[in-house]
This record gives sequence, C-alpha cells and structure tokens, in this order.
Amino acid sequence: MEETKFTPQTWPNHAEQATAEGKNKFVGIWIFICSDIVLFASVFATYLSLRNKGPAGMEFTTQSLFELPLAFVMTMLLLTSSLTSVYAMYHMKNYNIKGVITWMAITVLLGLGFLGLEIYEFYHYVHIGFGYTQSAFSSAFFTLVGTHGLHVIIGLVWITCLIVRNAKRGLNLYNAPKFYAASIYWHFIDVVWVFIFTVVYLMGVLG
Amino acid sequence: MSSVAVSKKKGFGAVLWDYLTTVDHKKLGVMYLFAGVLFFAIAGFEALLMRIQLMVPNNDFISAGLFNELLTMHGTTMLFLAATPLLFGFMNAIVPLQIGARDVAFPFLNSLGFWLFFLGAIFMHLSFFMGGAPDAGWTSYASLSLYSPGHGIDFYVLGLQISGAGTLISGINFIVTIITMRAPGMTFMRMPLFTWTTLISSSLILFAFPPLTVGLFFMLVDRMFGANFFDHTMGGNTIIWEHLFWIFGHPEVYILVLPAFGLFSEIIPVFARKRLFGYSSMVFATILIGFLGFMVWAHHMFTVGMGPTANAIFAIATMAIAVPTGMKVFNWILTIWGGSIKVTVPMLYALGFIPSFVAGGVTGVMMATAPLDYQLHDSYFIVAHFHYVIVGGIVTAIFGSMHYYWPIMFNRTLSEKLGVLTFWVFFIGFHLTFFLQHFLGLMGMPRRVFTFQADQGWDLFNYISSIGAIMMAVGVVLLVINVLLSIKTPPVNRRDYWGDGRSLEWSIQLPVPFYNFKQTPLVRGFDPCWLEKQEGNKEMMTYAEPLGDIHMPNNSILPLIMSIGLFIAAFGALYHPDGVSWSVPVIVIGLGITVLAMITRSVKDDHGFHVHVEEVIATEERLYGKGGNK
Amino acid sequence: MGHHTEVQAKTKAQYEYDRHHNAVHMKKQVVNFAIMIFLTFLAFAVVVADFSPYLIKPFILLLAGIQVVLQLYSFMHMDDKNGHHIGVISTYVWSGAMIIFPVFLAFVTVVWW
Ligand code: HEM
Ligand SMILES: [Cu+2]
Repeated sequence: MEETKFTPQTWPNHAEQATAEGKNKFVGIWIFICSDIVLFASVFATYLSLRNKGPAGMEFTTQSLFELPLAFVMTMLLLTSSLTSVYAMYHMKNYNIKGVITWMAITVLLGLGFLGLEIYEFYHYVHIGFGYTQSAFSSAFFTLVGTHGLHVIIGLVWITCLIVRNAKRGLNLYNAPKFYAASIYWHFIDVVWVFIFTVVYLMGVLG
Repeated sequence: MSSVAVSKKKGFGAVLWDYLTTVDHKKLGVMYLFAGVLFFAIAGFEALLMRIQLMVPNNDFISAGLFNELLTMHGTTMLFLAATPLLFGFMNAIVPLQIGARDVAFPFLNSLGFWLFFLGAIFMHLSFFMGGAPDAGWTSYASLSLYSPGHGIDFYVLGLQISGAGTLISGINFIVTIITMRAPGMTFMRMPLFTWTTLISSSLILFAFPPLTVGLFFMLVDRMFGANFFDHTMGGNTIIWEHLFWIFGHPEVYILVLPAFGLFSEIIPVFARKRLFGYSSMVFATILIGFLGFMVWAHHMFTVGMGPTANAIFAIATMAIAVPTGMKVFNWILTIWGGSIKVTVPMLYALGFIPSFVAGGVTGVMMATAPLDYQLHDSYFIVAHFHYVIVGGIVTAIFGSMHYYWPIMFNRTLSEKLGVLTFWVFFIGFHLTFFLQHFLGLMGMPRRVFTFQADQGWDLFNYISSIGAIMMAVGVVLLVINVLLSIKTPPVNRRDYWGDGRSLEWSIQLPVPFYNFKQTPLVRGFDPCWLEKQEGNKEMMTYAEPLGDIHMPNNSILPLIMSIGLFIAAFGALYHPDGVSWSVPVIVIGLGITVLAMITRSVKDDHGFHVHVEEVIATEERLYGKGGNK
Repeated sequence: MGHHTEVQAKTKAQYEYDRHHNAVHMKKQVVNFAIMIFLTFLAFAVVVADFSPYLIKPFILLLAGIQVVLQLYSFMHMDDKNGHHIGVISTYVWSGAMIIFPVFLAFVTVVWW
C-alpha cells in the first residue's frame, strides 16, 4: 500500500493520533501502563515487608549494602534519558526524522549506561556474597530492581528496533504512533525509578 | 458465521489455517466458546468424580491424593479456563456488534490473548500425564504448595502465568476497544450494559492480574530457582502469598460475575419487553462494585490473625458491596415488574438466576461478619456459598446467553423445548447439590476433605448432594446435545431473531458478514434497535457514512508462534529444579522464539487490507441474495 | 488507514505559529527537567545531611510524589487536552493509584509474621 508522503507543512499537529490505529496505540499504551503500575506496586509492597529480613545472623542489610553515589549516577542517567526522548518527540512534531533518530539514539545510549551500572551493581553484590538466594531480602531486592531492569531492556530493544526500521524511510502516520508509544513507555520506566531510588536506596540508607 | 459460505469451498487444511491465524473477533469468540466448553466439561467431570467419592462415608473410589488433585484442577480450571473464556467468548462475539465496530482495537493482540490462554490451559492439563496434577487447592497457599512434592504446583504456576498473560492482554484489548471504537452517537451513557460490564470487568482484569502474576512469579522462583519469598527460615513470609493471591482473587470473582450481570441485563428487558429499569444506577452500581472489589480482599483471611482492626475494616467494606449489588437486583426485578413477559429459555435462566444469586449474596454477607466467619471458614458452608454465586450467577448466565446469542454467533438456533428441559434438570440438580451443603458446613463438615466417617451425621446430605451433581451433569449433556442438534436447524437469515431486540447487535442482518457493518451505524439514542423499529425503520439502523471501502486487519500466525515459544520455555523452567542439563537451553530457546516473533511483528509493517465497494456489494448479495442487505 | 488520510497543507502563518509553539513547549519541558533534577538533588542531599529519619522519610516520599506527577503531566503529556480520550486515561491512572494504596497499607501494617 502506498504511503502518504508528508512535508513539514503538511505534517499534522497530533500526527501520532491522526489515524484510528494511532489513537488506539495511544490509549493502549496508557492502559497497559496502568496495569504495570499495579505490577510494580505489588513487588514494591513485598519488598517493603521483606526488607532486611533474612536467616538468623544475616550480615547484609540495606545500610551496609547500598552506595548512594552509584544510585545517584544511575538516577541522573535515566532522568536525562527521559529528557532526550522528549527532544525526540519535539522533533517528531516538526517532522524532522533526523532529530527523532538522533535523540532516540542518545536515549538508548543513556539507557545502556544505566543498564551497565545496574549490571555492575548486581555483579558486585553477588560477588560479595549477597546472591539471589541468600535471604528473603535479597530475593525481594533483586526481583524489584531486576523487574525494573527488565523493563529497561525491553524498552531499549523496542526503541532500537524502531530506529533501525525507520531511520531510512522517514516519518509517516504509521510509525509516528509507534515512536510516541515507545517514548511514553520510556517515561514510565523513569517514573518507577523515582520510587526505586527513593524507597530502596535513600530510605534503605536511612535504615 | 461469516465464513460459512466461503469455507464450504475451502479444504480442511485451509479452514484450519484460517482459524489458527484469524484475528476476526467473531471467530475468536467461537474459539473461546468451544475451548471454554471443553474445559468446563473436563472440570465438571472432575467434580463428578469428587461427588461420587463423597456419596457415601469411608468411600475408597478415589484416593486422598487424587482427590486433592481433582479438587485443585476442578477449581482452577472452572475459574480460569472455563468461566473466563466462556465469558470472553460472548464479549468477543457481541461487544463489537453492540458498539457498532468492525473489529476490536487490537485484533492481533486479541488472537495472542486467545492462544496464550489456550496453550497455558493445555500446559496445565498435561500435568495429569506427567507425574501428577497440582494438589494444593486453587488458592495454592504457599505454606502448603512450597512443600508439595513432584511438579504439580510447577504446572499450576507456569500454566497460570501463561494463560494469565493472555487474559490480561485480552482485557486491555477490550478496554481500548470500548473506549475508542464506538460508532458515532454511541456515547458512554448509551452503551448497553453488557458492554459496560465488559469494560469494568476488563478494568478489574487490568488491575487484578498483575498481583497474581507477581505472586505466581514469587512462587515460581521460590520453587524452581531457590528464592526465599515465602520461606520463613530465610526471612520470607508465607502470608505475602495469601495477600497477593486474594488481592487478585477477590476482584476475580467480580471479573466473572459482572459480565454475567451484564448478560442478564440484556436478556431481561428484551423478554420483559420493557426498557431496563434504572439504567444509570446500573452503570453506577457496576463501577462501584468494581471499585469496592479491590478494598475487601482480606475477608478471605479473617482467621489468619490480622488483628481486630483490620478484620473490622475489611468486614465493613465487604458488607458495603452488598448495597450496589442490591441495587442491581432491585433494578432487574423492577424491569420485570409490569412487563409483558415472554418466558423463553434465556428468560427462564434469568428468572432462576435472581433468587439463586440472592441466596449466594446473603451467605456472603454472613461470612463477611468476621466473628461468624471463624465458625464458617473452611467448612462446606463456604463451598455452598461460592457455588451459589458461581453456578447460580455465572453458569446460568452462560447457559442462558448461549440460547440468547446462538443465532448471532452461528446463524442457527438452539431448541427451546430441549432448553426448557435442560434448565429444569440443571436447576433442580444445582439446588439439590449445594443447598444442603450449607447445613453440612454448619454441622461441621470441613471443605477439601476426601471422605468422612459414618457416625458423623453427614451421610444423607452428602448422598443427596451427589445425586444433585449427577443431575447437573445430565443437564450439561442435554445442552451439548442441543448444540449438536442446532447444526441441523435451518439458518436464521434475518434481523432481530427474538423480535424484541433492543441493542444494536439485533439490527444486524444474519449471518453477520466478516466486516460486521457495511456502513458504520449512527446511534441516535439508547437501545438503538428498538428506537429504529419504533420509527418504522425496516433496516433497523441509520448509517453514519455512505457505502465505501472497508478497512480490515490482516490475519497472522505470529500470535500462535509467540505462545508456543512460552509453552516451550515453561517446560525448561518446570524441570529446572531436577538439575537436568537441558533446562536452561530450553528456556532460552522458548523465550527466543517468542522474542523473535515479537521483533518480527515490530519491524514488519502491517497495514491491513481494504475491501472495495464492489466486493462489499458482492458479499452482501452472496449472503442475503439479490438486492443485498435490504 | 493511510489510504484515506487527506493531506492538508498548513498556511505559512499557521506553520510558523506551530513551530514557535513547539519550541516554547520544549523550553517548558527543559524547565520541568531542571525542576526534576533539583528535586532529586534535594532528596539525596537531605539523606546525606543526616537529619532525623522521621523527618526525611516523609519528605523524600513527598519529593518523589511531586516528581512523578511532574513526569506524568509534562513528559507524558497527561496535561494535553488534545490527547485522545485523555480524561478516560487519567481516570484509569488515578484509579490504579487509588487501588494500590490499601495494598501498601496492608503490606506495611498487617503482614507481620
Ligand atoms: C457443575 C457443577 C459443580 C459441582 C458438582 C462442583 C463440585 C465441587 C466440589 C465437590 C468441590 C470441592 C469442595 C471441597 O471439598 O472443598 C468444588 C470446589 C470448587 N469449585 Fe466447584 N463444582 C461445580 C461447578 C463449579 C463452577 C462452575 C465453578 C467456577 C466457575 C466452580 C468453582 C469451584 C472452586 C473455585 C472450588 C474450590 C476449589 C478449591 O477448594 O481449591 N465449581 N466444587
Ligand atoms: Cu472475596
């Protein structure tokens, strides 16, 4: 089927919601996020009740474990990646595919940086003996932060697919909603992280 | 069915391929219906075996261990794999027609939801042939299930994880469909109640299934990968499972019963031949029930020891739900009141439903009284209660709606005579089975026991209860016969089969073409079919657009492939604790298949196709003869 | 759909207005981002500064709440009145938030074994 070719002058204002499919995707990603909210809430709630719980004589606690500088750097990376995907959407509004691709690529790089640090953190914990099976606390910690990490991975794969697929062919009403949905999802990942750094790391250091 | 005329020309292989790849909501509805009937039959058979075992004291018809397996699989199957898909069947088949849509919002996800559900269900049932079924009850409390030997519980966890994902995806699809795909003029407050209840029940799925997913995941890693969520020696806490399970579990009962309410709210006005009484209060009550449904889960845990404050709060919240539910009951009664009632089979089920469901509701309020629940908990009183709501509410709705919607779904009819007979056999059997169980509970008989002693005074009631179960089984067999006979009935080929149809789906000329509406309808008020008939409109529909090209989604095999990937991965996880060398590779391969299919879906454009005007006209002529849909 | 989309050229004035509007909007987003960074700093700072946990905990939770609302309404465009069915979407988001509230309450109060 032939694609309608656009110019910056003909590109509609809400391109991501100009078609019925676009509208559905927009509502759909939001509804999905609502269920993800409850998913994370359940893991969070469990984490809260298992925090620092372990077999008698367990040596690892949130206070002895967490390092704020690392958490801070991770937070900054992810927060910034949220802004860069806003830039990508800004360029989408102006029908500038180069801008979209560039800023999405930067988003992916920042996300990869975040992921790298998280992997390093996990590796470090396991190395010093705080493994997944070590205590109820360790299981809950790795599951909570790992579930978030898994979301990051999914987001990265998704955005990378979009970049690779659409870099050459430019924007149209078929792929605009896809970029938009991916960016909403990416912001949501950031929202969850705000609670993770607050509840897990900051409140963890407080004890 | 839309494809009847076409499929005659097709070979078996082509038809099979068509069903494996279809994204048509009507076909998926039929597939849900038949899958649901299949699992209903299996779970019903399990119930029958249990009742035969309990017919006389000290029976050794089946062993204690097998009884636990049957009990668990019966409950799990009935709720997740029979009632849910049966209702999904009606939602799929009817809701798009009720709101004037050509398909759902995400046809691809709709198909994915079905295949995930189906393969998850198959996976769970394979347990019977692979070393034993799950045996810790449908609630699978961690303190029991963590220590259950063999792989039964693993089948439960993985099977529910897969089919639960399918249910969640379908739920999202229904929500978005109802929000975005309504025809012009179909405002929220003109939506039929079945559409409303589908929306709210899907929203409950949206919010309730994630806690189940999380709980199942904890159980999975605890049993298979050495995590410690529920193991108290490692700091874990078994109560967490109970909370997560019931945060899901209580909304789950409303997920099932709300659509049933919706179906009866469709049936009753049509056969009372009167507008639904109190439409807006019905909508309000539905939303309120859905909301309160999330605030009461701990009424299943009164005896856990949460303390008097928590118990009191949850008791009061639970009793509060009785208020909107009562509103609904009164609205149904007032709809019937003064109507010119036609007692067809669907109406018969509706009339049977009201008192049965009220009985179940009343015992519910009794159990919500926390101090009394200490007495009733885990006794047969509980069994009686939930079967009154489940069978009296949900199963009657499903059976009644099969009769009601059969013409739309298949362009054939179910026999009224046989239907009446089925109703009475089933209905009497139902009350025989479960009424006396209230008293067995009060007399002290615990639930989930495989036998009892002769001197406990429970013999007679158990005997009668088992007779009732046999009657219900006969009723189900009669219904199946009715379905088989319907193949031979002449096609309906007209609009408004019942003559008193009110909502939009009755305006459609049968058989429904694959694009549902040749022109998108314009909805000019509540009960559009009835409205147009009142104004003498023979077509029973006003159109919002001229005849034009119709855009339809493409079929795809990818949903099936994605589901198969997870199915394979589940076997890897299942055997992981046995220390076999192939478990991790199998997990990786399975997930790899799924991920690859997802990436394929993402990068391959899928624009759907257009049915051109000439094709639409040709299809109409083939289905309805010369002159087309007139 | 693509098939039926009508391509409509904007007038020059409209086009320039839209570009300008987009640019202004983007500036606002950068300001929002600065606020978020500030809130994050503040949260880490009060923890490092070692005040009483009874004070800090509610405070950083509040900061997190503000930041999340900011994300939702600015970056995720929940404030965009032109968003399709945005009212329904907010209803769902806030229903979700309301539903998880008693869950947290229960898990920090009555799960004590
Ligand atoms: C068709 C007639 C049915 C009969 C004769 C029947 C019979 C039984 C029996 C004997 C039990 C075991 C009670 C115990 O020992 O604790 C049971 C449990 C249960 N049934 Fe049914 N049942 C029927 C229909 C249904 C339906 C339609 C549903 C749901 C849609 C359902 C859901 C359950 C559940 C959830 C349990 C609890 C299982 C557990 O304790 O884990 N039943 N039923
Ligand atoms: Cu309940």
